[in-house]
Amino acid sequence: MLEIKGINSFYGKAHVLRDLSFDVERGQVVALLGRNGAGKTTTMKSVMQLVVPESGSVTFQGVEITRMAPHKVAKMGLGYVPEERRIFTDLTVMENLEVGRQPARAQAVTWNEDMLFDMFPNLAERRTNRGKELSGGEQQMLTIARTLMGNPSLILLDEPSEGIAPVIVEEMARVILKLKTEGLTVLLSEQNLHFAQAVADRVVIVESGSAKYQGTMAELNANPEIRDTYLSV
Amino acid sequence: MGLFIAQILTGLANASALFMVASGLSLIFGVTRIVNFAHGSFYMLGAYVGYSFMQILPGAFGFWASILLAGLVVGIIGIIVEILVLRPVYKAPELFQLVATFGVILVIQDLTLLVWGADDFLGPRAPGLKGIIRIMGEPVPKYDLALIALTPFVAFALWWLITKTRTGILVRAATQDREMVGALGVNQAWLFTGVFFLGCALAGLGGAVQLPKGGADLLMDFNILSAIFVVVVIGGMGSLPGAYVAAVLISVLNVFGVNYLPQSTLALMFVVMVVVLIFRPFGLFGREEVAGEHGQVGEPERPIKPAGQSARMIVMFGLFLMALLPIVGDSFILVLITDIAIFCLFAASLHFLLGLGGLVSFGHAAYFGGGAYAAALLVTYAGTPMELALILAPLAAGLTAIIFGWVCLRLTGVYFAMLTLAFAQLLWSLVFQWGDFTGGDDGLVDIWPSDWASGTTTFYYLSMVLCVGGIILLRHTAHSPFGYALRAARDSQRQAESTGIHTKHVQLVAFGFAGAMAGIAGGLFVFSKGSIFPNELEIARSFDALIVVFLGGVKTLAGGVVGGAALEGAKDYITRFEYWRLLLGLLIIFVVIVAPDGIAGTLRKWAEKIGFMKREDQA
Repeated sequence: MLEIKGINSFYGKAHVLRDLSFDVERGQVVALLGRNGAGKTTTMKSVMQLVVPESGSVTFQGVEITRMAPHKVAKMGLGYVPEERRIFTDLTVMENLEVGRQPARAQAVTWNEDMLFDMFPNLAERRTNRGKELSGGEQQMLTIARTLMGNPSLILLDEPSEGIAPVIVEEMARVILKLKTEGLTVLLSEQNLHFAQAVADRVVIVESGSAKYQGTMAELNANPEIRDTYLSV
Repeated sequence: MGLFIAQILTGLANASALFMVASGLSLIFGVTRIVNFAHGSFYMLGAYVGYSFMQILPGAFGFWASILLAGLVVGIIGIIVEILVLRPVYKAPELFQLVATFGVILVIQDLTLLVWGADDFLGPRAPGLKGIIRIMGEPVPKYDLALIALTPFVAFALWWLITKTRTGILVRAATQDREMVGALGVNQAWLFTGVFFLGCALAGLGGAVQLPKGGADLLMDFNILSAIFVVVVIGGMGSLPGAYVAAVLISVLNVFGVNYLPQSTLALMFVVMVVVLIFRPFGLFGREEVAGEHGQVGEPERPIKPAGQSARMIVMFGLFLMALLPIVGDSFILVLITDIAIFCLFAASLHFLLGLGGLVSFGHAAYFGGGAYAAALLVTYAGTPMELALILAPLAAGLTAIIFGWVCLRLTGVYFAMLTLAFAQLLWSLVFQWGDFTGGDDGLVDIWPSDWASGTTTFYYLSMVLCVGGIILLRHTAHSPFGYALRAARDSQRQAESTGIHTKHVQLVAFGFAGAMAGIAGGLFVFSKGSIFPNELEIARSFDALIVVFLGGVKTLAGGVVGGAALEGAKDYITRFEYWRLLLGLLIIFVVIVAPDGIAGTLRKWAEKIGFMKREDQA
């Protein structure tokens, strides 16, 4: 569904991604694992074309999206949930959802506010609150809900478990599995191996901007050396 | 009591157009983060276009339809400007955008002159609203009452659009995080264009709606510019309620000012602005602006180095040629080169603040004109000899700069720039309105150099020594420990503070120093011309210097000097054409889009490409 082939991305002069390649298949939850600074966020942004790769290609549902404007990428059904919870703090919860609204799309669930409030009951009580009045966990949920309003077929979750309370992390895992059962494909980046183990089918380990290991979660679990080489803290 | 109420009503009516124009500016700034200097020009276009429609369309219906059509047409012109001029510079640093919009001002000025001619138009009166109504015995024009009644509807419509519609929600979201809005599937390019359309249409409406009160003339653009800036800054950038409250406040104050303080009406609004900003640094309803928040982080600053051997040789050779010039050149050339040198020093002093200090001052003319007026006043009232006047002029300008800077440096970014502009305008309005002392519009005349320096050649040498000396001093300071501290404060205030640099103090000293250098240029200017007029303190003069620094290149040390020489030289040639503003404006826009590193910066890049100069990363 999503093919990343040999992309090289830069931040200014810093060469962040080096010939990074991996695929995400429809219906899977793929975890991008790696240490801080390995290039996970840049990978997400390069898929979304918020960072434009200098070379290589990104193909989504058979269409090359490299160098496409981010809003067109989003319109193709790629949903992006950024790492820093970039909700619109001066807008209410309902207004934040409105910004994300896109027309219904074939082959993807069409979400509405009620469905999202079912999934995120905390947000339902706060629909007229402004973004800045929400807790960190609620903000994280809102970023996901807002992206779902665009009815994506693939959702990019950048470090969804970062900086939120353990209880909310569990809820986050539940949400991701729910999205999977709804038929969404998920690419998430993680530093937290336990969280990835709870939700992911496949794993891509990124180190210094390249994919060092790819395999199923079960294979990784059976391969402690790999884990120790790339993921130990 | 009746008079009091009548004056409040006049103020409210005047606030109508002001609010429309200012809310348009505020809206554009809120979303695009561009301070649209050309906003006054769209207001002027609105008046002209409205006037033309009113000539064709008859009756009350025609009158109001003309106003709406003027808004529409100006909005469409705004779209053209946005697509052609602003889209290429959205990611550029603020200064580039400002300069681009300034180019638009020049272009619109000349196109208006081309289409409608130089004559002022008296606005037609509104059919059915021609008379007056007596309120408590005082006459109030019916049209004023109509405007007072109309404004809340415009305000309400805007409020509804912004808070209740999907477009409004997207606009507010984009105000905060454009990239995220794009990543959610919204084509923000068209959102920006839409906002620009609306903002310009509001300016056009404002221009058309004031026709019965003010008519249409070619000075409208600059005349309203400072007022709308004041309104937007007092109200808070991006705040609609703020724009309304501030428009009413300023208009009412102005009406009362005319009656009770006729000498200081112009200064009054700037005083109010300064007072508001001291207590509420981001305006009545504004929120703090964080630099870099909106993705306008430019390239990292290139470290600057002292001139190398070859550069010094070239400069020495140039100076040698200049020293020999009086032997071959006639007096016309000498006067021209003197003008250029004076302007170069003025520009170099602004460049020092802007390039090294990162302090975008919009009011640098205050120190140039301030130095000039200080010298002129000393000569006129105290019979001060030229030598002493040339020493006291920079002191006066430097002192002014320190006083203004002390207030301005409490703010940063756009608010800082606006405040420097306000102070410059304050000084201008003082000089302009305090005619008994400063000569007002008639200026001060008969200020000539001492006898020994009165010859063209001698004065040429005197100017060269002072200007070249001043420029070398500015350059030298850039490479002194003080220059390092100033650059450190520009690049990272926090890190500079943590290494023990008192950044505000360093910036204040830099402000005073740059002011004093501009003061020398101003002093020389008076003696070279023999007279001084308030226009040396105008916004346009400050912009000249900004454009020069920009054209020369902000990030190169030579920028101010190269730009100064280029502009002053080009102006001498270009002003011979009837529509030179059009040419200059197009040139500016062209440079902004094609050569954003300025002349010196672009030359440097070429030199690096052909291997004449070493590249930074290899050096």
